[in-house]
Amino acid sequence: MTVATLPTRREEAWRYADMDGVARLGVAALDQWQAIDVPAGESVTRCLVVGSDAPELHRFRVTLGEGATAAFFVTNAGGDYTRVEVEVRLAKGAHFEFGGVTIGGAGVTREFVTQVIHAEPEATSNQTVRAVHWAGATGNFLGEIKVARHAQKTDAAQDFKGLLLEAGASANAVPQLEIFADDVKCAHGATVGALDEGARFYMMARGLDPASAQRLLVQAFIGDAFVALEDEGERETLLDAALAALEGAKL
Amino acid sequence: MLTITDLHASVGDKPILKGLSLHVPAGEIHAIMGPNGAGKSTLTNVLGGKPGYEVTAGSVTFRGEDLLALEPHERAAKGLFLGFQYPVEIPGVSNVQFLREALNAQRKARGDESLSGGEFLKLAKDKAGLLKMDMEMLKRQVNVGFSGGEKKRAEMVQMGILDPAFAVLDETDSGLDIDALRIVGAGINAIMRAPDKAVLLITHYQRLLDVVKPDKVSILAGGRIVETGGPELALRLEAEGYDAVMA
Repeated sequence: MTVATLPTRREEAWRYADMDGVARLGVAALDQWQAIDVPAGESVTRCLVVGSDAPELHRFRVTLGEGATAAFFVTNAGGDYTRVEVEVRLAKGAHFEFGGVTIGGAGVTREFVTQVIHAEPEATSNQTVRAVHWAGATGNFLGEIKVARHAQKTDAAQDFKGLLLEAGASANAVPQLEIFADDVKCAHGATVGALDEGARFYMMARGLDPASAQRLLVQAFIGDAFVALEDEGERETLLDAALAALEGAKL
Repeated sequence: MLTITDLHASVGDKPILKGLSLHVPAGEIHAIMGPNGAGKSTLTNVLGGKPGYEVTAGSVTFRGEDLLALEPHERAAKGLFLGFQYPVEIPGVSNVQFLREALNAQRKARGDESLSGGEFLKLAKDKAGLLKMDMEMLKRQVNVGFSGGEKKRAEMVQMGILDPAFAVLDETDSGLDIDALRIVGAGINAIMRAPDKAVLLITHYQRLLDVVKPDKVSILAGGRIVETGGPELALRLEAEGYDAVMA
């Protein structure tokens, strides 16, 4: 399939995208899907730190066989428009895990777009996204969950929290649930707030400077996204990349 | 060690402290008692540098320096410790990580070497033992899921680890049962009763003062210190109430 034209914001999945960034990516970039097929009973884990000084688009199409598992953990700290998309199709008893962090300022849009298709019964999925932004930046999580008519005992969860360090930054959560089966669990939650000033003062009263206090609080906040990642080294790499982006953030 | 002179402070537009003066020399445990709304917590927060509390007049000198010119973390590094009436919960941050970072930040500000992980754990274990607190609790998230009494004990463990020269303890006895009160009181004595240290002990009740014997007792009312005396003043307050003593 060839995409002849650029998407527009009228399309739900591109509603909060940076269309200037999309234009700079160009039509060709939209065609580049990475396919990941995980055979029955096997598992795949991908840890990614994405983002640079140019727009980036990363598109994954994942197919999970029976009882297979795919886990994605992503730090999205681009200096320009950065979008990560994951489409997953789960067979019976498969599991999809997604942990993502968007973090940054500089007026940049960073986003995750997922489409999780529970095509067969007894599959599970869990998505945890944290967004930390300042200086007019935007973090988006557009998460679509589709449960097929016969996909009974599906258990899908989606959790988004945004932390805005100053006015003018924004976070958008768009959960979309399309459920055709009747015996399923689908949970989703989204909250957006500011840094806990009480906690920050408490930390400062114990001797931490404002930047260290903020760093520790942000570390705790985004940590949820990588809890399911067992490899400690990888987890540290993702956290460090996220916290490095925090340098120079509004205090 | 701490000299407060004619301190006026407001929260929003509301004046709370109205000419408070107080001197606490090294080696002294000074209890502050006072009716609700007298300004006790405001005094604590002003001394700690909490945002939202505006000093409109007066001065506070701490170990020869202008305390009010310092940021909260700089005050801590100079040796000031605030015991919170309501210790804050910090999900996702363990006590061990928090306190090690805080202690090392203070040490760095003072030009001392950082403690290694092992050295810190030994110190933490020692101080937790003083307050009869299990090390497992220190590995948990800061104050999350702690009972009122556990939070207050954890505050004192923090004080032991940070080893301040001066502690302002805001109603550290509230929420404690009788046994916990004795443990916390003994902790305060062990950590802070020294010739080169001092404590401002804010409390409503005599019961803490039975364990932590004050050298001086002051009554704070209407935003000012209205009377200062020895430990007998607290006993009189307990027996007769504020109205009678202040009349």
